[in-house]
Amino acid sequence: MKALRNYIDKIKPHFEKGGKYEKLQSTFEAFETLLFVPNTTNKNGVHVRDAMDMKRTMATVVIALIPALLFGIWNAGYQHFLATGQQPDFWPMVGHGFLKVFPILVVSYVTGLTIEFIFAQIRGHEVNEGFLVTGMLIPLVLPVDIPLWMVFVATAFAVIIGKEVFGGTGMNIWNPALLARAFLFFAYPAYMSGDTIWISGLSQGEGIVDGFSGATALGAAVTTGDIDKYSFIDSFLGFIPGSIGETSTLAILIGAAILIYTGVGSWRIMLSVFVGGFLMALGFNAIGSTPLMQIPAWHHLVLGGFAFGAVFMATDPVSATRTNKGKYIYGFLIGVLSIMIRVFNPAYPEGVMLAILLMNTFAPLIDHFIVESNIRRRLKRASITA
Amino acid sequence: MENLLNIFVKSIFIENMIFAYFLGMCSYLAVSKTVKTSFGLGIAVVFVLSITVPVNYLLENYILKEGALSWLGEGFEDINLSFLSFIMFIAVIASMVQLVEMIVEKFAPALYTSLGIFLPLIAVNCAILGGSLFMQERAYANIGEAAVFGFGSGVGWLLAIVGIAAIREKIRYSDVPAPLRGLGITFIITGLMGIAFMSFMGIQL
Repeated sequence: MKALRNYIDKIKPHFEKGGKYEKLQSTFEAFETLLFVPNTTNKNGVHVRDAMDMKRTMATVVIALIPALLFGIWNAGYQHFLATGQQPDFWPMVGHGFLKVFPILVVSYVTGLTIEFIFAQIRGHEVNEGFLVTGMLIPLVLPVDIPLWMVFVATAFAVIIGKEVFGGTGMNIWNPALLARAFLFFAYPAYMSGDTIWISGLSQGEGIVDGFSGATALGAAVTTGDIDKYSFIDSFLGFIPGSIGETSTLAILIGAAILIYTGVGSWRIMLSVFVGGFLMALGFNAIGSTPLMQIPAWHHLVLGGFAFGAVFMATDPVSATRTNKGKYIYGFLIGVLSIMIRVFNPAYPEGVMLAILLMNTFAPLIDHFIVESNIRRRLKRASITA
Repeated sequence: MENLLNIFVKSIFIENMIFAYFLGMCSYLAVSKTVKTSFGLGIAVVFVLSITVPVNYLLENYILKEGALSWLGEGFEDINLSFLSFIMFIAVIASMVQLVEMIVEKFAPALYTSLGIFLPLIAVNCAILGGSLFMQERAYANIGEAAVFGFGSGVGWLLAIVGIAAIREKIRYSDVPAPLRGLGITFIITGLMGIAFMSFMGIQL
């Protein structure tokens, strides 16, 4: 450790102003602060410092995502062997899933971080840690059989158009990971929806058991009207096909507990998304004219990307509303819209991401009106004394 | 009643003037700097659209369409004045915009100055003429449907411009790359808003 510190101190002058590698200053800085706590101190003025800086916040979200990731790796293998009719032990399943999921994760991180570093060099700002979370979220919302070049294209789109053009971490309007998914969804629909993409090996036509359907629960409800393809408990635990990280509501809830306990994710948003979705689904149950309307309300909450979106996507502090009252409205509308798109729009049964993107669009507007009404209320309270 | 509600929802979300047809972009891009002024312009567009579409509906069905003049009596059945529809629609729109301009100048002088040239320019706003032409093309069954369609399209336009105005207020202090500042980033935002609005595409009502 000491030797490393000495080495960094030795090469440091090259990266400072006037040094040989002045242009690579932010790259150097990013690696130095990744390894060591910065030793610079403030010289003047008062600065309030919190231990909960951006690196710590982002690391917490990544930790919260790990249960969903691990379960996703196992489930990728489990679904594959279920489809091909084999019954291997625990480890071959994990191995198969790992070989499928890990490359996606690597491509997403390498692409995104490379772009981040390039932008940081050209624009002369520090490398931000925001991508650590985005790079983890992108693989988790993609189907397991996605070609790797698509992961590359989507990540590049999300980081450049979704984030860097707005000025980098903390300035984006839409959640970059969701933009990546929406981009793929509209650009390559054949790879993002259907019966064969959700289980690894199915789209290459590996020996599948007769009569096996790889449709997700929602896809099956749309196409065949079969609403009981998977039981509630299977959907809750996650033994169903779907995007890599979204299947297990249990793993997501563990992540939610971490986020709420550390205060990184907003419980207001999570709660109101679930409440909004539940109430809307109850309303549809009362009508019940199509198979999707008949899915029980509590079952809706564990299907598709609903829980994942509510816990990890909607709570993104940058693209969500900032005011507390706004968070209730924002979350509630996400829940309502998710179920509405799911039920009404036969093209997008996995409509949660679009509902969140739509509310990302209107989050600044909600905040605007809440702030305005606060200002008006306080103006009324103020009295002018001559 | 259900039919009217469907037309209303459809014209706001599914067939949104901005995000589905990219109509009325000029004032949408130019006036969307603050929520307050864009809200004012949006209300003006809602007002103009919800009056001109039903008025043009009457013109279309009782004067312009082939056989529309049959109410005048024998011998008028085969007159087709539809080549006049553009000029008639524009005349109605221009006079309505004059009216709106006078009302705004009288009752909201601050808004009048902040909207500037874009208030009279509503007369040539593509969304307004587009509303009347869509009405003609889709052949709504009665004046009620046409009125609801006009009102809904206006509300959709208002939603779009107020939404982007709030976003532009939010990114005012963002470190947007210099070449993209202003219009460039606004176009990108509009495109991304369009992606978000695609959630409604394909809904059958």
